[in-house]
Amino acid sequence: MSFFIQHLINGLSLGSLYALIAIGYTMVYGILRLINFAHGDIFMLGAYLVYYGMLWTPLPWWLVFIVAALLTGLFGILLERFAYAPLRNEPRITVLISAIGASFLMENLAILLFGGRPRPFSVPALLDHSVKVGAISFNVIQIVIPVVTAILLAILSFIILKTKTGMAMRALSTDYEAASLMGININRIISMTFFIGSTLAAIGGILYSCRYPQLMPLMGMMPGIKCFIAAVIGGIGNLTGAVVGGLILGMSEILIVGLLPSLNDYRDGFAFVILILILIIKPTGLFGSNVKEKV
Amino acid sequence: MSFKLLKTNKQQVGKHLIGIAIFALLLIVVNFIPFDDYYRKIMNLSFIYVTLGLSLNLINGYTGLFSLGHYGFMAIGAYVVAVLTMSSESKEAIFMIVPCYDWLKNIQMHYLPALLLAGLVSALLGFLISLPVLRLNDDYLAIASMGFAEIILVLIRTQFRITNGALGLKGIPRIDSFWLYGGMALLMIIFMVLLTTSRRGAALEAIREDEIAASAVGINAFSHKVVSFTIGSFWAGVGGGLMATLIGTVNPMQFTFQLTFNILLIVVLGGMGHIWGTVVSAILVTSAMEIMRFLDEPMHFLFIHSDGLPGLRMVVLSALLMIYVIIRATNKKRKNKPALSKKKMEADHA
Repeated sequence: MSFFIQHLINGLSLGSLYALIAIGYTMVYGILRLINFAHGDIFMLGAYLVYYGMLWTPLPWWLVFIVAALLTGLFGILLERFAYAPLRNEPRITVLISAIGASFLMENLAILLFGGRPRPFSVPALLDHSVKVGAISFNVIQIVIPVVTAILLAILSFIILKTKTGMAMRALSTDYEAASLMGININRIISMTFFIGSTLAAIGGILYSCRYPQLMPLMGMMPGIKCFIAAVIGGIGNLTGAVVGGLILGMSEILIVGLLPSLNDYRDGFAFVILILILIIKPTGLFGSNVKEKV
Repeated sequence: MSFKLLKTNKQQVGKHLIGIAIFALLLIVVNFIPFDDYYRKIMNLSFIYVTLGLSLNLINGYTGLFSLGHYGFMAIGAYVVAVLTMSSESKEAIFMIVPCYDWLKNIQMHYLPALLLAGLVSALLGFLISLPVLRLNDDYLAIASMGFAEIILVLIRTQFRITNGALGLKGIPRIDSFWLYGGMALLMIIFMVLLTTSRRGAALEAIREDEIAASAVGINAFSHKVVSFTIGSFWAGVGGGLMATLIGTVNPMQFTFQLTFNILLIVVLGGMGHIWGTVVSAILVTSAMEIMRFLDEPMHFLFIHSDGLPGLRMVVLSALLMIYVIIRATNKKRKNKPALSKKKMEADHA
């Protein structure tokens, strides 16, 4: 039993991290129908900003965390302005290529600016305790991650369901053209979407680095792809779906490896196997609605 | 687009024949020039990228399937060629953690049948993968094909007894001949010319332009897409195999998403659905990538001094790609706008 609870805690913390990042993918996809390939690199940027913030400024760590997350959010807006906005009416392949280009540019710029060698992330002492309850042992950060995720989700659902901006976002994702005819300022809403998505990805990146305290320029690649898969599993464009997909992915990754340790080498393959199964069985994902193409 | 389809096959082939003749002539000429090893390698790599670029162009450019899984098929091809052409002694020496399978150890063949087998294995895999994956569209297809490529690499990394895991394989007999790499590129060009001027080529383009309309005129879109994907995988496998014989080593680290990106860069710069554009851009991009290696080295230019910036080359390359895509889009917008409003004004007057 304790073995199971142990893995449940591990899975929950990993799953909520995935959920945080998946939300950014799903929001952007919902509105622009674009896979933001650079999302994983935004995750990396958030972590590096915290690293340099702690190194160069005397600010307390929590302030550095917040400022870094907001700065990354602003970076998300810039990214959209330069890399995606000029291509808004282009075929989707062109935009996807630009997204891949943006991702490679960020990764290589990171190698150039931050150096290719892994850097140690100094985890604040408050988050770095080991707690033992009976036979179960876990790190404080593993509890902090799901709690932070839950709080952020509450704030996010408030924004999306209760505010005017949120209503505009929902309108844009339901019918882009009709919404733009209703006088919605599309550029502002898209910027807002990128801001929220990138901030969440940055928070995800920071929490991830607290859990696995090693920074690398390519650290965002695998989590980025996995979280996109999480968004697809849940039905891309659907927020609940992204959260559920993230939890499913995180849980199954931890549980499969926990129950069958011999499969550890195949770990990075699981997500793709799950993805392909989902896409074949229910291509719109668990919560996705089925949209028929009109001729 | 419509006027192109109205041209007869003969006219189209005639236009391509000149290109093929020039390429063949180029091949013969470079054979007589004594280049040093470094330049030979760049040229051979360019030829390999011509093959790879055309195969991705067949899938992405001609058929409109946005597949990102090319690097998986290249990995398969490279490993097949590697295991089939290595001598049993070098296999014995390299498999240090676990020995390779006995049946595998004693196989050694000439590189040409090995390349063919590499293509066939990769085509078979491409066929199997395409059955589920091609039911998806656009972005989903991109991600799913990438997913399969990643699964292939996970398998390569874990099948120690065939692939030697993360250590990779060394001592693949290296072949340094323009005839092989250039000849294969020429073969691929001729194949693409024949394919794209045939009825099947027209069908593929019809599917790319509008799949529903194509199905409505009696084209079996799904089977055409499967065939196109399978052929593309075949050539990707051959290209990967050529890379193994050129470099002489394979390991899982070589086959990353970066490879697909390089080929995509070639296809996009050369123009989706254009044979000669791809050929030229494959040669230019590959040479540029090699030439730009100086960017990663220490620089002393006039008053600029820097000591080695590893990564600068890729920064420049990806920035170039993005700038190109964005500038092309804004140019198109500028060109289209006045024409549209003029037409609209006329329509309003009428």
